[in-house]
Amino acid sequence: MTVGMTHFLILSALLFCIGLYGLLVKRNLFSILMCIELMLNAVNINFAAFNYFLPMPDLSGQVMMIFSITVAAAEVAVGLALIFRIYHDFATVNIDKINNMKG
Amino acid sequence: MEQFALTHAWLIPLVPAAAFAIIGLFLQNFHKLSAAIAILAITFGFVMSLGIAGAVFNLGITVDAPFVQRIEWIKIAGLQFDMGVIIDPLSVLMLLVVTLVSLLVQIYSVGYMKGDKGFGRFFSYMSLFSASMLGLNISINFVQMYVFWELVGLCSYLLIGFYYYRIPAREAAKKAFITTRIGDFGLLIGILLLQMLFGTVDFIQLRQVIPVYLMANGAGVLTIIGILLFMGPIGKSGQFPLHVWLPDAMEGPAPVSALIHAATMVVAGVYLVARAYFLFASLPILMNIIAWIGAFTAFFGASIAFSQHAIKRILAYSTISQLGYMMLALGVGSLTASMFHLMTHAFFKSLLFLCAGAVMHAVNEEADIFKMGGLRRKMPVVFVTMTIGVLAISGLPPFSGFFSKDAILAAAAHVSMPLYLIGIVTAFMTAFYMARLLFLVFFGESRQKEVHKVSRFMQLPLIVLAALAVVSGLGGYVYNFGDWVRFGPPVVEHMDWLLASTSTLLSLLAFVLAWNIYGSKRWSSDIIAKKLGIIYTITFNKYYIDEFYALLCRIFIDGIGKIMYFIDLYIIDGTVNAVSALVLLFSKLLSKFQTGQVQRYAAVFVCGVVILLLCTIMYLDKVNGVLAAGGAF
Amino acid sequence: MDFPLLTIILVIPLLAVGLLMFIPPSSFKSVKVVAATAMCISLGLTIYAYVTYDSSIGGMQFTQSIPWISDLGVSYSVGVDGISLPMLFLTNVIGLAAVFSSWNINVRPKEFFILLLILITGVMGTFVACDLFIFLLCYELVVIPIYIMVIIWGSTKRVTKEYAGMKLTIYLLMGSAFMLVGVVALYLQAFPAELRTFDIAALSNAHLYGTLSQSFQIIVFFLLLLGFGTLLSMFPFHTWSPDGYAGAPTAVSMIHAGVLKKIGGYGLIRLGLLILPAGAKFWAPLIIILGLANVIYAAYIAIVQKDLKYVVGYSSVSHMGYVLLGFAALNTISLTGAVANMVAHGIMSALFFAVIGYVYEKTHMRSVDQLRGIAHQMPRISVGFMLAGMSSVGLPGLIGFIPEYTIFLGLFKVYPFLAMLAVSGIVFTAIYILRVLQKVLFGPRDYGLDKYKDAKGAELVPLFLLGTVLVLFGLFPQLLMGVINSGVAPLGPFLQELNNVPSLLVTLGGIW
Repeated sequence: MTVGMTHFLILSALLFCIGLYGLLVKRNLFSILMCIELMLNAVNINFAAFNYFLPMPDLSGQVMMIFSITVAAAEVAVGLALIFRIYHDFATVNIDKINNMKG
Repeated sequence: MEQFALTHAWLIPLVPAAAFAIIGLFLQNFHKLSAAIAILAITFGFVMSLGIAGAVFNLGITVDAPFVQRIEWIKIAGLQFDMGVIIDPLSVLMLLVVTLVSLLVQIYSVGYMKGDKGFGRFFSYMSLFSASMLGLNISINFVQMYVFWELVGLCSYLLIGFYYYRIPAREAAKKAFITTRIGDFGLLIGILLLQMLFGTVDFIQLRQVIPVYLMANGAGVLTIIGILLFMGPIGKSGQFPLHVWLPDAMEGPAPVSALIHAATMVVAGVYLVARAYFLFASLPILMNIIAWIGAFTAFFGASIAFSQHAIKRILAYSTISQLGYMMLALGVGSLTASMFHLMTHAFFKSLLFLCAGAVMHAVNEEADIFKMGGLRRKMPVVFVTMTIGVLAISGLPPFSGFFSKDAILAAAAHVSMPLYLIGIVTAFMTAFYMARLLFLVFFGESRQKEVHKVSRFMQLPLIVLAALAVVSGLGGYVYNFGDWVRFGPPVVEHMDWLLASTSTLLSLLAFVLAWNIYGSKRWSSDIIAKKLGIIYTITFNKYYIDEFYALLCRIFIDGIGKIMYFIDLYIIDGTVNAVSALVLLFSKLLSKFQTGQVQRYAAVFVCGVVILLLCTIMYLDKVNGVLAAGGAF
Repeated sequence: MDFPLLTIILVIPLLAVGLLMFIPPSSFKSVKVVAATAMCISLGLTIYAYVTYDSSIGGMQFTQSIPWISDLGVSYSVGVDGISLPMLFLTNVIGLAAVFSSWNINVRPKEFFILLLILITGVMGTFVACDLFIFLLCYELVVIPIYIMVIIWGSTKRVTKEYAGMKLTIYLLMGSAFMLVGVVALYLQAFPAELRTFDIAALSNAHLYGTLSQSFQIIVFFLLLLGFGTLLSMFPFHTWSPDGYAGAPTAVSMIHAGVLKKIGGYGLIRLGLLILPAGAKFWAPLIIILGLANVIYAAYIAIVQKDLKYVVGYSSVSHMGYVLLGFAALNTISLTGAVANMVAHGIMSALFFAVIGYVYEKTHMRSVDQLRGIAHQMPRISVGFMLAGMSSVGLPGLIGFIPEYTIFLGLFKVYPFLAMLAVSGIVFTAIYILRVLQKVLFGPRDYGLDKYKDAKGAELVPLFLLGTVLVLFGLFPQLLMGVINSGVAPLGPFLQELNNVPSLLVTLGGIW
């Protein structure tokens, strides 16, 4: 059995769904941030896989993936900083407590 | 000189206007200087008027062929108004009367207003009034006349309310303005209709086009216009039913009453009718209306004057009554008699008012004639001049009122017996109430201990006016007033001695009656009042017309106003606020969805994406088709 | 055009705004001096334009045009004709008066004058704009400062200033939303895609090419009527006006009642009538009815008001009714009267609000029941009151008379019976004005008011300026009417053709 396109896609879909599940049900901001990372990585797998299975492979997928990772790193940095500030102001990282925008 | 006066007639209103501006802006606190400037300005006007009168006399200018000067005031597409000067016997007569009376009254005011804080203000208003009134006199078209008509109204408002710190004065001023405004409303509509119909409001041009129009179209529309126009004179000249402001206007200082509310402004209505006589005289129905309103007002005013107590109010109702006479004369077609009476009335009525002012000044502003008495010895000059005034207004020969009133009665008798009868009864009543006033004030025992002296400034005008009250009638008769001022001959050429002696006898009878009641007190006035019962009460309360108007005002002005405000607040604004409340409610409802839980937003977002994906997959073919066709983008 | 006069007039207040940014907020005096100087220069230049404007030629003069967004057909183009020049003059006179009447503002004066100058620039921009886009831009520019000024410097009486500011802003924005829809539709419909332009002169010719069908004109004019009518406080969209003026600070009331409202009338003529003649003709009977409602209904309400600002607020609604009547009579005489009445009402309502502002500033009273006999303590302010009141009554010799007369005359030619009703407005006006004047100004001395002083110094500038204009244009109306006539008279043949266009009445008759 060769590892085909489908396997990669299933893997990434599973990873994405795990991330999504965590995003929706976790209450801790750190966990949510980590789940977002999971979803991003699922996308990265897709990039690599699609690139690999191109009829005439070039590097565009990999390049995109690296971009994505860079952005993710930046995002984590900003996100962590925000969470730190939030903790500073609200003394909690429980997302249910942070609902000042409620109309 | 005459030529100069004629061609520079526009200076006559302009110089007092300049005096107004100078006094009003700079000289409020320089009492003597302001009075001097005002009097100089009006003297200039008087001299000019004399010159113009000479010119009119020598050049043979008549009402049918006036001397006219004009400059453009407004010119826009489809509309042009000129301001200008019309000089004919009519306007010259008015110029002379106005400048002369104004001059005398202003001299009188120097004494009367002495020590008043508003001395400068008074003379600035007087100058403005003179300017406006003179401007009105030389108006060449209805719009110019309306402009000055409103300005004299303003001056009247300002001067009635001259003692603005007194509540009755300010209320009277407001009443005067609003009441005359109601008349002006009709006048304005009339002018607008004239302008629409003929494209001009110029007296000279209208004089030419109106007969043509009448020949072609009949009198229907013009009669309506005439009635509307006549509303102005009804308001301004205190004719029934808009007379209510004139008695209240006596809250102003006495010189104001003499000048504005007796001699000049209130005759503006008569003057307007006379000026547009070519229009009015060609409409028989309208002439009837004018005559009847005039006659009724004459009787009506006299009947109220019968029972009043305040000296100036009696004179005010007497003015209303006399203005009715002038209207009556116009209505029965005698311009000459009307103008004659206008002139004599200006002299004797301003004389009476000035005397009343002097009397009130002397007795500490007491106005009730029943609280005066025996002033004959204490102020002989006033007594003599006032007696002359009373005899003149009562129509006793050889005083001026005899001739002018008789001319009117003769003209009325010529046209309609009922009108004549009303006129003669009114003449009797006039003699009675004037005699009552005279006897109560100057005869009987003295009730005032202290009587102030009448200053020289006040005496001089009284004497001049008294002299005029004596000679103006006789002079007019001897030189045949109508021919002399060239209005054309009077309706009745010669004095009808039967009519004249009847009215003289009636006046004498009234004097005897009044003497018995108020002079010698042989018959008690209280008992007579009681016997007259309800009639006395009604006339004493001025037929309750003021109360009636106040009621109307409460219902139709305040009442409707409140209803409208209610509508505005609760229906129109209510709707607006309801809409905004609805929006607020809806947004509250929607904002419930904004829980502030980011995860819930994300969940909804995911659901949305899933649904969209499913849709895309289900309709994949169609989506592909659209994309292939390049439709959307 | 060699010398961009109008652009300079527009830019000077903005330059002053720039300068004000660098002045420390604490130096109140210099802030006020800068604002006053800017407005003085601007007014001086406007008077120069007014005097040098050649009425014998007429048409747009002092024009200047620079392409801006050529893809959309937008250009910065300005110019004045006989209709807009008096409005520009009015704006500058009232602008200067407003600056001086705010002389005693000591709460954040820097911000106040910056906003005021922006407001004035915006209003001037709408009047000189020859490009629809610029017109709209300036119009929207105006709304924002007003809101802020009412909220911060306003006063709370019957309604809170927040409510007043909100009401004012929302009404104006609602109106402009309708207007915007109409304008966009007009822009798209008038010319084919490659020729599209916002140029008002070009749009005014569009109906000649037949691109604007009659039904299109009727619909779009109705949208414009909603927009401009709201701005003009047309019945029943008038309730923002009394509440708004009551809440607003003096200067805003002056500018709002004095000039901003006039954008409504100006827009109706410039955009409504000239671009969409068939639409204007169609809706004219409705406008007449609403105008009459304005005149009489608002006058009645003014009679029972107690708060001076409400009296003047409703009075201005009533007077704008005359403008509507003059507009809808659709002949040269009445249109001239309508424009002149906008100027007249602008000057007198500004004067009214200025004196009320002084009295309120000093005594913190505005109610007819509280103020008694202030002529004793404040004779100069009383003269201002009298001048404004009398010209509101339409006294000849002051600015109010001739415009009213011409409107009546124009209206009589079309609807004589309705015109009679309109004339009855002069009686109601006299009633409410005199009721207020005699109660507030005259009567026995109220010694409680003795501690308040009469207006003096800089406060007298608005009284003098506005009073002079009132009297000058009253005695020599040709100064005003001549200029307006040069703008309106050429419309004669155009209006003549409109006689054949069916109006609402014809449609209604058809239904019956």
